[in-house]
Amino acid sequence: MKASDAIVKSLLNEGVDMVFGYPGAAVIDLYESLRKSKIHHVLVRQEQAAAHSASGYARVSGKVGVCIATSGPGATNLITGIATAYMDSIPLAVITGQVKSAMIGRDVFQEADITGATESFTKHSYLVKNANDLPIIIKEAFYIASTGRPGPVLIDIPSDIQAATLDKYIQPETVDIRGYKPTLKGHIGQIKRAVKAISESKRPLIVAGGGVLLTRAQNELISFINKSGIPVVHTLMGKGAIPTQNPYYVGMIGTHGFPQANRAMAKSDLLIFIGARIADRAWGGFGDKMLENVRVIHIDIDPAEIGKNLGSHIPVVGDAKHILSEMTSKIESLDTKDWVEELKTYKKTIQHADSEFVNPRYAVGLLSRKLDDDAILVADVGQNQLWAARNFEDKDGRCFLTSGGLGTMGYSLPAAVGAKFAAPGRQVAAVVGDGGFQMSQHELGTISANNLKIVILLFNNSRLGMVRELQDRNFGRITAVELDRNPDFIRLCDAYGIKGIRVTNNSALEAAFDLALKNKGPFLVECVVDCNESTL
Amino acid sequence: MNRHVLSVLVENQSGVLSRVSGLFSRRGYNIDSLSVGETEDPKVSRMTIVVKGDDYILEQIKKQLNKLIDVIKIVELNSEQSVFRELALIKVKTSMETRASIIEIVSIFRANIVDVANDTLTVEMTGDESKIEAFINLMDSYGIVEIVRTGLAAIERGNRQILNQKKYEED
Ligand SMILES: Cc1ncc(C[n+]2csc(CCOP(=O)(O)OP(=O)(O)O)c2C)c(N)n1
Repeated sequence: MKASDAIVKSLLNEGVDMVFGYPGAAVIDLYESLRKSKIHHVLVRQEQAAAHSASGYARVSGKVGVCIATSGPGATNLITGIATAYMDSIPLAVITGQVKSAMIGRDVFQEADITGATESFTKHSYLVKNANDLPIIIKEAFYIASTGRPGPVLIDIPSDIQAATLDKYIQPETVDIRGYKPTLKGHIGQIKRAVKAISESKRPLIVAGGGVLLTRAQNELISFINKSGIPVVHTLMGKGAIPTQNPYYVGMIGTHGFPQANRAMAKSDLLIFIGARIADRAWGGFGDKMLENVRVIHIDIDPAEIGKNLGSHIPVVGDAKHILSEMTSKIESLDTKDWVEELKTYKKTIQHADSEFVNPRYAVGLLSRKLDDDAILVADVGQNQLWAARNFEDKDGRCFLTSGGLGTMGYSLPAAVGAKFAAPGRQVAAVVGDGGFQMSQHELGTISANNLKIVILLFNNSRLGMVRELQDRNFGRITAVELDRNPDFIRLCDAYGIKGIRVTNNSALEAAFDLALKNKGPFLVECVVDCNESTL
Repeated sequence: MNRHVLSVLVENQSGVLSRVSGLFSRRGYNIDSLSVGETEDPKVSRMTIVVKGDDYILEQIKKQLNKLIDVIKIVELNSEQSVFRELALIKVKTSMETRASIIEIVSIFRANIVDVANDTLTVEMTGDESKIEAFINLMDSYGIVEIVRTGLAAIERGNRQILNQKKYEED
C-alpha cells in the first residue's frame, strides 16, 4: 500500500471524516490520497486558520481535530494555532509535510524544523523515518492527543515517505506506550479525604475550569452540586460548566470576572478546583495571603498542574468526570443555605443606558437571548472576549469557545468555521473586535465558499480596544492602537458575497439580529462602539 | 537551593535529549550536568541529571519530565545509597621541574596519565565530584590548559534496579 493511502486509512480508522488544511508540494501525495477518500477536506485561506478550525471542530465534536499543512512556511504558519490549542488543552492531530528524508538538515527549499520549533507547545511530536511506522504513529498520536490532558500532537512526514510503499499495512489494535500512562481514576483515599474536608467545611465553593468541559463532565458536576448544595464559580475556560440560571451558579472569577464571584472566593473556607490550572488571569487579585485561611482541594488530570500555581491541601489526580461521580456517591447533603443566600445578595443587575453607540454588553446579552438553547458562541480576544464571556448566558447544551490560555487574536472566525462544521444544525456566532477580525478576515473566504451560516458580531471601536484601555490606565496616553482607517466592513463582506448590516445604536440591534438569524448564509452584524468603551 | 541527582530512563530515540534539555532551559531550571548513554536495553537510554533547586522546583522538574511521552521513569538518587562517578580529562602544563610532583599527585589520586607531551600531561581521573574538584584545585598552581568533564553518572548500591522501583507519584 502506498504510504499516503496508509495515512488516510489510519485517519479513517481513527474516525476522522473531516480535515482542515492547505496544500503544497510536500503534501502532494497525501492530498491525492485524500481526494480519493471520503474524508472531507476544508480548504482554509491561511494555515493558522486550519489549526484554529480544527480546534473549534474538536471542542464542539469531542473528537480529535485534524489539520494539514505543507513543509516550511505551511508548517510555520500553523505554529500560533498549535500553541493556542496547547494552552487550552485541545486535542489536535497536526500533519505536516517535510522535505525529502535525505535532504533534512541541508536547509533546502521550504525546509523548517517544525518538530523542533513546536517542541515546547506540542504534547508530543513525530518525525516519521519509515513508512511502515505510519499506522502505529498515527494511532499513538490520536491516543496521546485525546487521552489524559488533551493536547496537540504533530506528525511531520517527509514527502518521500508519503510516496513510499508499505511492506504491509498492519492495523495496530491497541496502544502501549510505557512512558505514557495517564491517571484517570482518582485515588480513592484522596477522594475520601476530599469528601471529608467538604463535609467539615462551612462555606465550600467549586471553581470549575476548562477540564470540566474537556471531559464533558457537566452532568456529573450538576449531580454533585444538586446533592451537596455547593455553589459554583468558574474560570474563563470553565464557562459553560454549569448553566447561568442554576441556583448554585455564582459567576466568573479572575481579573475580568464578576465581583460576586471573586468575593465568593475570598469568603470561602474550602475551594474545590476542578480542571482548572489557576494561572495569573484567574488567580489575579487574590495573592498568596488568601490561601492562609482557606483549604484547597485540587482535582486535575495533569499531576504537574497540582502545586504549580497554587498549593493544595488535598490533591486528587484524575479525570473530572470520574472523580465527580465518585464524590457524588460519597457526599452527604450539606447545609449551605445561608452561604448560598449570602452569595446571592451580591448579584446586581447591570443597566444599559441608551447612547449614540452600541453598548457591547447589551448587544451580547440580546444576542444571547435570541440564540437557541444549544447555540455556540466563539469569542475572539480583547475587550470583545470579556463582553462576550460576561454577557453570554450559559445553558445546558450551549457552548462558549475562546482562546483563554494564549489569548490569540484572530481565533474566533476560524474556530467558528470548525464549530459550524462540527455541528451544522446548531447556531454559531463569532464575537470579534475590528483588530481580531482583520487578523483572520481571510477566513471570510472559507466561510463564503462553504456558505457557513455563521453570525459574525463585530464590535468596531476603531481601536485595539483592550490595549488602548491598558495604555490609558498606565500612561494616560495611547499609541499604535488607532484603527481609524478601517475598511468598510460591510463592503468587504459584500465582496465575499456575505451579507451584513451596520448598527450604530442599541435600538437597531434587535432587527439586525433577526435579519442575521433568519439569513440562510453567513451574516455580519457590525456594531459601532464608542472608542472609549471600557472592558468591565 | 539543594543539589539533586535524578536518574531518568528515556526511550532511545532522536529528539529525546532535545526535549529534556529544552524543558530545563524553557522553564528556567538550573542544570549542573547531564550525561546520557544507552542501557542494558538498547531501546532505552539513561540520563543522569544534576539539578539545583528547592523542593518546589524539584517537584516541578519531576512532574514536567514525567509529562514527556518518551520519559519512562524518574528516580531521585541520594548520595548514601548510590555511587556517583564522573570522569574528567585534565591537561596540565609541565616542565622538567614540575613533572615529578604532578605524577606524584596523580598517583595519590589514583588517576591515570593518558598522554604525555613535552610541555603538557593529560590526566584521566574518575571519582565523585569532590575528588575531581580537589584534584583540579591542586593542578591549578601548575597551570591547567584544558578540562573536559563527562558530568555525573550514578547508580544505586545493592541489588536495587531503577525499573523495579515504584514509579514517581504525585500524591
Ligand atoms: C495575535 C495577538 N497579537 C496581539 C495581541 C495583544 N492584544 C490583546 S487584546 C488586543 C486588542 C484587540 O483589539 P480588537 O481585536 O479590536 O478587540 P477589542 O479589544 O477592541 O475588543 C491586542 C492587540 C494578542 N492578544 N494576540
